[in-house]
Amino acid sequence: MSAPPALELRGLRTEFPGRGGVVRAVDGVSFRMERGRILGLVGESGSGKSVTGFSIMGLVEPPGRVVGGQVLLEGQDISGLPQPAMRLLRGARVAMVFQDPLMTLNPVLRIGTQMAAAVRAHDRVSRQAALSRARDALAIVGIPSPAERLQAYPHQLSGGMRQRVAIATALLHRPAAIIADEPTTALDVSIQGQILAEVRRLADETGTAFLWITHDLAVVSSLADDVCVMYAGRVVERGPAARVIATPRHPYTGALIGSVPSGHEPGARLPQLAAGAPPRGADGGPDPGCSFHTRCPRAQPDCALPPPDIDFGAGQSALCHHPLETPA
Amino acid sequence: MTGFLLGRLAQAVLVMLVMSVLVFLGVYAIGNPIDVLIDPAATQAMRAAIIRQYGLDLPLWQQYGHFLGNILHGDFGNSFVFRIPVLSLILSRLPATLELTVLALLIAAVLGVPLGIWAGYRPEARSSRAIMAFSTLGFSVPTFWIGLLLILFFSVELRWLPSGGRGPVGPLGLSIWTPEGWSYLLLPALNLSLFKLGLLVRLVRAGTEEVMGSEHVRFARAQGLPESQVVGLHVLKNIGIPIVTVFGLEFGSTLAFAVVTETVFNWPGMGKLVIESITSLDRPVMVAYLILVVLLFVVINLFVELTYGFLDPRVRAR
Amino acid sequence: MNREALIEGWQEYRRSPVAVVALVVVVAIALLALLAPWIAPQDPYDQSALDLMDARLEPGSVGSGEYVHLLGTDNAGRDLLSAILYGLRLSLSIAVTAGVVALVVGTAIGLSAAYYGGWFGAVAMRIVDLQLSLPAILLALVLVAMLGQGVPQLMAALVAAQYAYFARTAFGAASAERRKDYVEAALSTPLSGARVLWRHLLPNTLPPLIVVVTVQIATAISLEATLSFLGLGLPITRPSLGLLIANGFQFMLSGRYWISVYPGIALMVTVLAINLVGDQLRQVINPRRRR
Repeated sequence: MSAPPALELRGLRTEFPGRGGVVRAVDGVSFRMERGRILGLVGESGSGKSVTGFSIMGLVEPPGRVVGGQVLLEGQDISGLPQPAMRLLRGARVAMVFQDPLMTLNPVLRIGTQMAAAVRAHDRVSRQAALSRARDALAIVGIPSPAERLQAYPHQLSGGMRQRVAIATALLHRPAAIIADEPTTALDVSIQGQILAEVRRLADETGTAFLWITHDLAVVSSLADDVCVMYAGRVVERGPAARVIATPRHPYTGALIGSVPSGHEPGARLPQLAAGAPPRGADGGPDPGCSFHTRCPRAQPDCALPPPDIDFGAGQSALCHHPLETPA
Repeated sequence: MTGFLLGRLAQAVLVMLVMSVLVFLGVYAIGNPIDVLIDPAATQAMRAAIIRQYGLDLPLWQQYGHFLGNILHGDFGNSFVFRIPVLSLILSRLPATLELTVLALLIAAVLGVPLGIWAGYRPEARSSRAIMAFSTLGFSVPTFWIGLLLILFFSVELRWLPSGGRGPVGPLGLSIWTPEGWSYLLLPALNLSLFKLGLLVRLVRAGTEEVMGSEHVRFARAQGLPESQVVGLHVLKNIGIPIVTVFGLEFGSTLAFAVVTETVFNWPGMGKLVIESITSLDRPVMVAYLILVVLLFVVINLFVELTYGFLDPRVRAR
Repeated sequence: MNREALIEGWQEYRRSPVAVVALVVVVAIALLALLAPWIAPQDPYDQSALDLMDARLEPGSVGSGEYVHLLGTDNAGRDLLSAILYGLRLSLSIAVTAGVVALVVGTAIGLSAAYYGGWFGAVAMRIVDLQLSLPAILLALVLVAMLGQGVPQLMAALVAAQYAYFARTAFGAASAERRKDYVEAALSTPLSGARVLWRHLLPNTLPPLIVVVTVQIATAISLEATLSFLGLGLPITRPSLGLLIANGFQFMLSGRYWISVYPGIALMVTVLAINLVGDQLRQVINPRRRR
């Protein structure tokens, strides 16, 4: 048997108790991430993709909590580990990068102080040794004159630099997997391109697997090996990124691609995704049927039943009663 | 940075000048100090002599000119009541007030920072709610009333500590060298600290809650930082600025509030002196006290602004 | 402020039982103070009705007036319950009047500073900030020392010590609103500036000002009591709570605790209840702190 995947989710479920009943933000999500591969997790805001990331890290804000499923980190089930044990894994074997680097780095602490604290959270080394490891990590993500950057405060760096610092911090302990939650959304397109190229190189060179959470399919097509499309807490379509984007099967994926401008005639109107919220079940929990059927242009009466998981070959599959047949 | 510093200094000097005019005018309007100074049985000639001696016959602006000139030479005149130079009178009371104020602030800080951090770290916990109720009590209830309750409880009922006065004074004019000195110091200092303690707990809690909910604490946790580091590094550093500010600013206001505590506990400090001087219309003492307190305020404000720059790199850049 | 907003605010307020109790206490105290002349057994300000034979009677004893002194009497022979009710009346009326005057003066200064801006706004707010950095007790001390003792003097001192808080709050809220596009737009039309001030800036400053006025009334009660305790407040013939406590202080060490303790409890409960109401109002009004 080959080595276990860097990270694997099996039927992960996360719930938030709310005023109108329980909201199941993550509803049975499963996927595998192999070493050195990049998995794009795509969806609208509120689809549960960020909560999936925080659930893996064990950092869901109370009163939300993971209620079911497994998180396998290099084959070890880490779901339900007590916080002290989880803390030892966080940053060491699975790390996370957030959306806004201006918010995630503490404005009143030097870069070096913050990175050294991250090193020494897991390794008993001197401050000097920790700083030199931080410097090396900055060099790896392509930051010029890293020794000087260690002395800087976050506001003295550009947005792109700050996000590189965050990625370098995540890489300090060479984790098996890094969860990146929309890390380039706040950046200029050109800076974004540089960082994506850097991440691709890092995945190839270090063997770290990346879970790249984004709402931007363009990012997925240029970066990810595989993609999972999330809607209302479920993965509705998955497969190799190039294939899913070229031939989407789930109407939601199709609509997402349709709402990306590049594939259209100049001057043509962009197709709009129909408005509407996913349906709720009688108990306030999720509806057992296809969660997209209230907005779906192809909806039929049977869409209120649980949708089948149809395999389209070459690793692509979709949860749908009436998948798109030919590429749009 | 130098320009900033010079600007602040100029502003401070201006404030001092304005305050000196206001204090002088304000205190001049109190009433006729001659009545206090002079025995009603004194002859006209004696009256006139005394009025001349204190310069009370000159026009107001000349009196102010003299007053300002004298202040700059450290001469605040003589007390009408004690008949000794005001500056040395006030300075002789200064150690008593300083030890009281500093100890009160220390108590407030040593208790307030950890309690506030805890209340902000676990806002829903029963202990946190108790801390917050206590802090509301601390800054709601007037200081003098808490002082009376402390006396009633610790002095009258339990008979543990003296109800007022000050213990033996040692080097530097302080009473902290003997256990007896402490027995007198403890209750007033506790009394004076409670208001600040309540304030500090609220401030620290609000700061802690804000930092704990921030993305950088989430990021720090995502790096696997132990909670002790999350609090020790991120929370402490971020709430450092408000704490230093309050400490600086509250030092002045604690000094002012010592007026109340000193009266309650019969503590022979500057505050008790100024209350006595107001009731006895001892004008030079009031003026000197107010000028000195405002001077202290201005100096502390300046100091606090400089410390800001030290603590917050974003301010330094400006 | 419309009906729904009020109802919604009350729903939010109600979520803290402590705050509801505090509100009930505040209303009860206000009623007691208002009705003092009708419910108090004695007029404590009527010197001729006082009998020194009745001085320092214990709670529950019967004096020359042939009625029970529930809370005892003070050193001038006043029925303490009556003195407390009248004292509350005096303290509350001084604090509320001073609070309202400070509110009007402070809001006027803060709003005009925000509306006119420029050097006028800068200088006005600089003065306000300067005053805010000085503790209220110090300002009140200076003013009482300057103006002498008495109710109007005391009120003037309280207003002068407190208006700055209102000015700062009104300025903050109004200048945030002033920068919004719709106000800029309204100002560029021929509509009068007063209308913009009245219709747009003032309503937006009201919610935070309500919180400040609550807290400041509590502070004013405390401050007045403190000044009276120090012997710098009201004349001795019309004892407010602070003076009652001060008068009883000397007898406390000899075990006649009630002369100080009962007025003190009345003072403490009043200030605490008002502050708790203010705290909860802040929660209701500040949306950021809502859960």
